[in-house]
Amino acid sequence: MKLHELTIQKAHELLKQKEISSQELTQAVLNRIEAVDAKVGAYISVAGEMAVDQSKLADKAISAGNISSLTGIPIAIKDVICTKGLRTTCASKMLENFIPPYDATVIKKLQKAGAVIIGKVNMDEFAMGSSTENSGFQLTHNPWDLDRIPGGSSGGSAAAVAADMCLGALGSDTGGSIRQPASHCGVVGLKPTYGRVSRFGLVAFASSLDQIGPLTKNVNDCALLMNTISGYDSKDSTSMPREVPDYTLSFKENLTGVTIGIPREFNTSKGFDPSVLSSVKNAVKVIESLGAKCIEISLPHTQYVVAVYYVIAPSEASSNLARYDGVRYGFRDKTKKSLIEMYRGTRSAGFGSEVQRRIILGTYALSAGYYDAYYKKASQVRTLIIEDFKKAFEKCDILLSPVAPTPAFKIGEMSEDPLTMYLSDIFTLSANLAGIPSLSVPCGFSAEGLPIGLQIMGNYFQEETILRTAYHYENATDFHKIKPTL
Amino acid sequence: MKITKEEVMHVANLAHLDMDESSIDTFTFQLGKILEYVDTLNRVDTEGVLPTYHAIALTNAFREDIQKDHFDKEQVLGNAPEKEDGSFIVPKVIQ
Repeated sequence: MKLHELTIQKAHELLKQKEISSQELTQAVLNRIEAVDAKVGAYISVAGEMAVDQSKLADKAISAGNISSLTGIPIAIKDVICTKGLRTTCASKMLENFIPPYDATVIKKLQKAGAVIIGKVNMDEFAMGSSTENSGFQLTHNPWDLDRIPGGSSGGSAAAVAADMCLGALGSDTGGSIRQPASHCGVVGLKPTYGRVSRFGLVAFASSLDQIGPLTKNVNDCALLMNTISGYDSKDSTSMPREVPDYTLSFKENLTGVTIGIPREFNTSKGFDPSVLSSVKNAVKVIESLGAKCIEISLPHTQYVVAVYYVIAPSEASSNLARYDGVRYGFRDKTKKSLIEMYRGTRSAGFGSEVQRRIILGTYALSAGYYDAYYKKASQVRTLIIEDFKKAFEKCDILLSPVAPTPAFKIGEMSEDPLTMYLSDIFTLSANLAGIPSLSVPCGFSAEGLPIGLQIMGNYFQEETILRTAYHYENATDFHKIKPTL
Repeated sequence: MKITKEEVMHVANLAHLDMDESSIDTFTFQLGKILEYVDTLNRVDTEGVLPTYHAIALTNAFREDIQKDHFDKEQVLGNAPEKEDGSFIVPKVIQ
């Protein structure tokens, strides 16, 4: 097996037995990027030298007997997470030359574990989008079919994992931005419970919804990354002071006694690709055969999820993105003579059209006369969506659904119609609105050979139940073993 | 339409965004469609329902009022588009 194709777990074993060095592994991944990223376009910045230096340090630590499950492992980081001294752009012209003076907490945790940061990967600008087409710099192509989108907004993270250009990656998920690209690229992606992972150093999009999480080649690797990045952080006042378990221990128990809920409303949604429905149905059968009990449940407010999200997320975004004014960091329009003209010139030239659309939508929803009708109304319906989940989790342990109604669409196919693109987020948005954890695991392929993901949602801080279900399902299937040819 | 051209221009102005004529037309059309869709929320009875602004029940996070590590001036100004003598430079505010 080629080194870049290794899972985190396998690479760790080889590093530990000193059969390979981190420097060899890191160089293999850098060579892989050199060989295929011209076609895929996952990376905005490759941190070659920095990565090699980190790999040498990791090798020293390993020689001294200090090895954690991530020591010497090359990890890609979505370019929305601050890395000290390493350009962090949010795929926006606004931050094209921004070099953070500090590391995000998750980066500090990865470094402490000895991981190698291999580079920064592409995304929709400021994480707004479902296809990575909104990047201010470049398109990312789906490794399974280069004419198709990788999903978004963590499209670079998912494509880099699927194309073996890293061993694992971090993404961020505000409305499905980890799970949907994971589904479209045939990898595992987890959005943790809100408050499980520190958001310090994550450039804010919608602060009540954003959460950092892993994208990996299998479920075990996902658990390993979660072990490292989770936990309370005094620098994030919304992180929860709660102990972090060893997530891999959850695999020991089988699925006997687990009750799965199938939301009735998700079966009646329009616009489904038949291969998505059949793959998810088959997955449910497999999980039942592993000992889980299956019941139908109801999430009555599902039909309002998209409307609620596209009021709340743009409202929070319009406030968060007010900071980009050309004064303290980022792009400035230097042609303007007055302060107000400079603000306006900077923001109009620095933000792409989807970001401007959401700022305007959010500003409108929060503006005098419309606040009650839009923002407050959406926040009330959010309460009802949360109550639906609370009732559902009285009857079951996890919920199963599709991640996206269709496999990856063609580049350019949807970009003229924002509402159609928004509607494709129907299955993923509710986990962010409720704050619950949710994972995508490969569960099949479409007729064209495109990957399909199964969504597994759990109750607050029940990542262990989700990972345990995904792990046993993965073991019973072969979808994760099939790789794209590049 | 749910939203007029004038409203889009007003909101763009509030958000400090300049727009040319064709962007205003496109945004007016697209936002109109989005807001019509959002109006489905009016079918939901929310009488007496408390709004949710945070996904997780949180209380204020307090800490001791003691000085912690902070960036020095060079780091703070490191990404400034224009700076001089340890300050950010902005265009003239008072004419």
